Amino acid sequence: MRSIRAAAVGAVTVSLALAASACGGGSATGGGSNDSPRTLTYWASNQGASIAVDKKVLQPELDKFEKQSGIKVKLEVVPWSDLLNRILTATTSGQGPDVLNIGNTWSASLQATGALLPWDAGNFAKIGGKDRFVDSALGSTGATGKDPAAVPLYSMAYALYYNKEIFADAGISKPPATWDELVADGKKIKAKGRSPLGAEGANLAENIHHVFVFAKQHGADFFTAEGRPDFTNDGVVTAVRQYVDLMAKDKVIPTGDAEYAQNQSVSDFAKGRQAMLLWQSAAANLKSQGMSESSYGIAPVPVQSGTPGTGTQVNSMVAGINLAVFKNTHNLDGATKFVKFMTSDAEQKILNTAYSSIPPVRAAQSDAAFNSASNSVLKQTLATSAAALPQVADESQFETAVGTAVKDLLADAAAGRAVTADSVKAALEKAQQQMPAK
Amino acid sequence: MTATALKEPSVSGSPSGAAARDQRGRRPGRIRRTGLPYLLLLPALVLELLVHLVPMVIGIVMSFKELTQFYIRDWGTAPWAGLGNYRVSVDFDAPVGEALLHSFFVTVGFTVLSVGLCWLIGTAAAVLMQDTFRGRGLLRALFLVPYALPVYAAVITWVFMFQHDNGLVNHVLHDQLHLTDQPSFWLIGDNSFYALLTVSVWKGWPFAFLIVMAGLQNIPRELYEAAALDGAGMWQQIRRITLPSLRPVNQVLVLVLFLWTFNDFNTPYVLFGKAAPEAADLVSVHIYQASFVTWNFGTGSAMSVLLLLFLLVVTGVYLALTSRGRRTADV
Repeated sequence: MRSIRAAAVGAVTVSLALAASACGGGSATGGGSNDSPRTLTYWASNQGASIAVDKKVLQPELDKFEKQSGIKVKLEVVPWSDLLNRILTATTSGQGPDVLNIGNTWSASLQATGALLPWDAGNFAKIGGKDRFVDSALGSTGATGKDPAAVPLYSMAYALYYNKEIFADAGISKPPATWDELVADGKKIKAKGRSPLGAEGANLAENIHHVFVFAKQHGADFFTAEGRPDFTNDGVVTAVRQYVDLMAKDKVIPTGDAEYAQNQSVSDFAKGRQAMLLWQSAAANLKSQGMSESSYGIAPVPVQSGTPGTGTQVNSMVAGINLAVFKNTHNLDGATKFVKFMTSDAEQKILNTAYSSIPPVRAAQSDAAFNSASNSVLKQTLATSAAALPQVADESQFETAVGTAVKDLLADAAAGRAVTADSVKAALEKAQQQMPAK
Repeated sequence: MTATALKEPSVSGSPSGAAARDQRGRRPGRIRRTGLPYLLLLPALVLELLVHLVPMVIGIVMSFKELTQFYIRDWGTAPWAGLGNYRVSVDFDAPVGEALLHSFFVTVGFTVLSVGLCWLIGTAAAVLMQDTFRGRGLLRALFLVPYALPVYAAVITWVFMFQHDNGLVNHVLHDQLHLTDQPSFWLIGDNSFYALLTVSVWKGWPFAFLIVMAGLQNIPRELYEAAALDGAGMWQQIRRITLPSLRPVNQVLVLVLFLWTFNDFNTPYVLFGKAAPEAADLVSVHIYQASFVTWNFGTGSAMSVLLLLFLLVVTGVYLALTSRGRRTADV
């Protein structure tokens, strides 16, 4: 009898405890506070060749910060496949990190959720002022006319990486500067039985980055000045078709690359299986895969004609990572201090060297460490011929919808189906219809 | 038959306890007797509420809200959308509804094929392995491996095997057997449906095998012996004894397989990532994309509620039909 009573009491207690714990949990709407001044949680994006590499790069710096400030930073490196979902979940629940990395193209979309601390003049003053950062990087931190949702941390740009040995074999003396030259060189390389150009056909973000640049080169934009999707204008259709035709018509991208989404094209290039690769700041990645720096060259991404510049001569997106503070943080002062630390000249040099990116901080950028041949191409591109992806609230949806359309078109090309102006337009039309109604 | 077998132990289990309770006075004893089971069920009930019912109700509420990226931080401020989200989901002339309908048909076709094949292979294997032979235990264990493997590890292995350039599947079909003119794409384009079906059946049939194998243990050997004496061959024994005896087992098995397969998210997500090819656009991934990738949780919830209603109707009709069939068979 006693045991039955004990069981009954236990059952009621457990039920009450469950109900009580379910009622707990944070509110999603509160602002920041300084309730826990001794710790910070930091979500870093995966910048190195693996998550382990990132931990090795970041942990010593976090230890340094702890020594300086007495604040312990709990690090979590979040893979790219999960990062946006994790941020959305944190936004919805109000339970998130204090400081986090975001892809700079997401800035405007995440800004619209109101989950990130706006960087107004007062907040910028705490980290040394807005002027410390270069303009191109600041252009990718949120919608124009609004306080930035994040501050730039690492800057990157696309470049053409080419295998010197394969180029020499095919009798090519200098890297292609225009797409026509690239296609012609591709044919020479193919004639030697090698594969010309790598691509990540099933990676939505990569597709977007490329077709965005092609669109710029055709004087077209994916959004109207008012921020409405305009995916089916002639310039965009021509641009998307030109990219897909690299596989469908020109046959410089092998059909197998249509299903790549796990950076297989970088491995292919590092292992000498492909002659060229269009990638952002790939040096550290290639090195970690065993490719020596002397075996490849780096050149600006081709243009239609002439040399890279602004307007239709754009040859890269402004790629990069921004550092944001979660508005619900329980350590607002600590989070600001941490951002100041990570964007300090000294840390910028260390981190951007480790990740072969370019510091978005002026003083750090002019350091001798970033004047190597490969970095000078990236620096030059960022300074003169890179454009920011559309800074609109629907940017994330645009990446998914148009990225998927390009993935499907490449799949068509790989299957040997004809890719025509009509089929491209139809795919883009479908993508546009998936965008949120305005 | 099974009902009486279940009741017996509870009656015979505590005769002395029941007598003792009667002596102590009737009313408190009865309350205790009737109340205690409920009390002991309380934790399970609370958990069920928390884990299943509350999220479901929240999901239903969300489906009536315009829950886009502008409001996810504070759901309370999201404006009510009325039936707007539902209207968008079932407007089959507009792109969103059309895509959902397409995804629904793909899922129905996929589920019918997958459940059918899982059941067929599982039952065939179980029947063939009914008689003892050397190595039966080993084979049984081997057959259960796909079911026991973690889904992610299993499916990612299939991703490697289905790769266009270095995959095992193309190596066998194209390089060695020369069945195709050129290596096929399995993870993009139309073939992706067959890739998905293959993985789903590979993963699902051991469960059918396991359940049918358990069901077969309950069929008395004498029935087969009597049938054999009457001159029934193996096929007739299967048709007249095995399948009718397995009927209650199959009724549950097919329903469970149907629900699991129709709702399967892991397999297509690991195989194809966020954007599944059209030919393999299962409704679960489609809804995920409609909510998480386009950040429109209201429409996503409305689609989920529609899916829930559909599955409820199918399950209800299925149970009504199959139990009616069984009642008449029993008579």
